[in-house]
Amino acid sequence: MYKYDSYDQQMVDTRVAEFRDQTRRRLEGKMTEDQFKPLRLQNGLYLQLHAYMLRVAVPYGTLNATQMHALADIADKYDRGYGHFTTRQNIQYNWIKLEDAPDILADLAKVEMHAIQTSGNCIRNISSDQYAGAAADELIDPRPYAELLRQWSSFHPEFLHLPRKFKICVIASDNDRAAMRLHDIGIQIVKNEAGEIGCAFYVGGGMGRTPMIAPLIREFVPLDQLITYSEAALRVYNRYGRRDNKYKARIKILVHEMGKDEYARQVEEEFAHLLEQGIEPPLAELERIKTFFQPPPFVSSEVETPNAERLSTALEANGDAAFARWVRANCSAHKAPGYVAVTISLKPVGGIPGDASADQMHVMADLAKEYSFDECRVTHAQNIVLPHVEIGRLNELYAKLAEAGLATANIDQIGDIIACPGLDYCSLANARSIPVAQKIAQRFAENGKGETLGQLKLKISGCINACGHHHAGHIGILGVDKKGTENYQLLLGGSEAEDTSLAKITGPGFDEAGIVDAVEKAADVYLARREDGERFLDTYRRIGMDPFKEALYA
Amino acid sequence: MPDTLGTSPDDVQFRFRDDEMVDHAAVTVDAFLDQSNAAAVRIEPGDDARELLPHLERIRLVEVNFPGFMDGRGYSSARVLREAGYDGEIRAVGEVLIDQLAIMRRCGFDAFAPASKLDEADAEAAFNRWDDVYQKTTDGRAPIWQKRHG
Repeated sequence: MYKYDSYDQQMVDTRVAEFRDQTRRRLEGKMTEDQFKPLRLQNGLYLQLHAYMLRVAVPYGTLNATQMHALADIADKYDRGYGHFTTRQNIQYNWIKLEDAPDILADLAKVEMHAIQTSGNCIRNISSDQYAGAAADELIDPRPYAELLRQWSSFHPEFLHLPRKFKICVIASDNDRAAMRLHDIGIQIVKNEAGEIGCAFYVGGGMGRTPMIAPLIREFVPLDQLITYSEAALRVYNRYGRRDNKYKARIKILVHEMGKDEYARQVEEEFAHLLEQGIEPPLAELERIKTFFQPPPFVSSEVETPNAERLSTALEANGDAAFARWVRANCSAHKAPGYVAVTISLKPVGGIPGDASADQMHVMADLAKEYSFDECRVTHAQNIVLPHVEIGRLNELYAKLAEAGLATANIDQIGDIIACPGLDYCSLANARSIPVAQKIAQRFAENGKGETLGQLKLKISGCINACGHHHAGHIGILGVDKKGTENYQLLLGGSEAEDTSLAKITGPGFDEAGIVDAVEKAADVYLARREDGERFLDTYRRIGMDPFKEALYA
Repeated sequence: MPDTLGTSPDDVQFRFRDDEMVDHAAVTVDAFLDQSNAAAVRIEPGDDARELLPHLERIRLVEVNFPGFMDGRGYSSARVLREAGYDGEIRAVGEVLIDQLAIMRRCGFDAFAPASKLDEADAEAAFNRWDDVYQKTTDGRAPIWQKRHG
C-alpha cells in the first residue's frame, strides 16, 4: 500500500500545525464560531448532539495493521473505547473534546493518516472498491488512481469553498461494490477499443433529499489527462453550482438543471483550456504510486485448492455447519489461486452497525498482519475486509474471529444492515436508526430466514439526508418525524451496485414495531414468489410493487 | 466623484507587487464593458471573469469581492484571469480572513484589502505556512510531483 515520502509527511504535519494554530485563535476569541466552523469541518470535526465527532480519513478504505492499531489507541485514549466505520470507508469517533483534536491529528500523522477534508464543502476522501487489488473481476487495481486524486484534491486552493461537499469514487470493475454512480463524480477505469486504459466519468449522482444516478459525461479520458479533466469538471461546478439554497447546491442539481449535454460541453471547453496549462502530473508520478500497489507475494500452490464455494460444501459434509456458513457468506473470489478476500462483519445481531471496540480493532489489525499481508479495508457497507487470505488458513482465521466476536456470517444478507447514526447521535436526524436495525437483525436471527433470503441489502436512514443509503437499499427504511413521533417509511427496489436503481416508497409509514413487521412481510412475499436463482431485488423487479403493497397494507 | 464601490490604496493591507497602485476606484464588470477608460474593475461572485479576457491589456487592477468568505467563486475568477496571462493586480476584497490568504495567493491574488484588518503576525504565519504544494497553478510554485520527478 501507499507509503508517504517526506513531502507527504510534511504536508500532514503542516496541516496539524495549522489546525493547532486555528484552534488556538478560536479559543483566544480571534475567530467567531462561524469563521472557525468550516476550518474544523475540513479537519473532520463536527459538533453533534452530545459532543464533537471526529471523522478520520481512510483513503480508498485501505489500512495497514499499524494504522488500525493507532485507530484503536485513539478510541481508547480520547473516546469511549470504540469507533464507528462509515459508509465512505472512514472511521468516526463520537465523544471527542475540541481541545484534544490537534493532538489526535498529530497521533494520526505519525502513522501516515489524517482527517483532512473529511467534511466541509470541499472534495472529500476518495472512495474505492474494497476488494481492489484482490478481486477476480477487476481490470486493474484502481487505488493508484485514487491516490493520485487524493494528492490533487488535498488542499486544492480553488476547490476548498465549493457550493457543497463533493465525493469522488474510483472503481475498476464492471461489478460495482462502491456505489460509484451515486457519487458527485464516479470514475470507472476502463479499456477502450484500442486496448488503452482510461477513465469513464460519471458526474452528478448522489443520494440525499434528491437522489440521482450519475449520467455518463465522458466515455474515455486518457490516463495522462485524469487530473486535468477532474479539474475542469470541478471548475464548471464551482462557477455555476447553486449557492442560494444548500439543498440544491450539489452538482447533481446543476447537471440536472443544466442538462448533462450542456454540462459536458462546458467541461470540454474548460478541459481544452486547461490542457494548455500543464497542470497534469507526469505519468511517471502514476508509475511511482503504482509501485506501492504491487501484488503481495502470494504463495502458489502445487495442489489445486478448492474455491470458497466448494470448500463450504465440503465443510458442511464434515458437519462444520457454522464455519461453512461463514465461508459461504463472508468470502469472495480472489484473483490469486488459493486465496479469498474475507469480509469481517461488523453487524453482529443486536450490535450497532459499523461499530468496533478498540479491542476488536486490535484483533483485526493483528489478523491483517498475520493472514492478509498487513492489509485491511473498510467497506462502504461498514465492514472490514482482509483482502488476501489463503484458503488453507481460513479455519484458523475463523476460530480467532469467533473468539473476538467477529465471526458473524451475514455479508450482504438482511442482517448486514447499513444504518446512519440517527437520532442517537446526529443533530440532523428525525428518528433513531440504530434500534430499528437491531430489532430487524434480531427478528431475522430468531426466525432463521436470514440465510434463506440470500442477498438482501437493507439500508436505514434517520432523516432525508440519506446517510444510511435508504434510496439504494433492496429494502430501504427512512425515519421521519410525524407530529413529534418517529415514523418509518418503507422503500423497495434500490441498488447501489452496477444495476443502480432508486428505491420506491411503498405507502404510508409505520411505527417502530410496525416497520419490523413490514420488513418481514416484504421478505415473505419474496420467499413465496421467487423463482430459481432470483434475489429479492430480481423478484421485486419482475413482479413489481403491487404484491408487496397487498401484503403490507391488507 | 463619490464612489463607494472600490477599495482605495489605503484599504490594502498586504501587497506582493512593486508597481504603483491604481488611484481610481474599480467599476462593475457591466460598467467596465460599457466604457473604454477604466483600468480597474471589480468582480462579484456571480460575474464571469471570462468576459474580461478580450480587454486584459487595458486592465491594471481587478478586485475580486468576497461578500461572504464561504462563496468560493472568486478563486476560479482569479485563476481564469491568470491562466489567460493577466499580470496586473488581483486584489481580494471583502470578507478576507487569515485562513484564506494562502489559498488566495495560490489562485493568483497578489493584494489583499480585508474588510476587517487582520492580525499581522497571524497573517505572516499563514502566508508562509506551506513549504510545498500538491497542485500546479499559475503562482510559479513547483508542485510536489514536479520535485519528485525533476
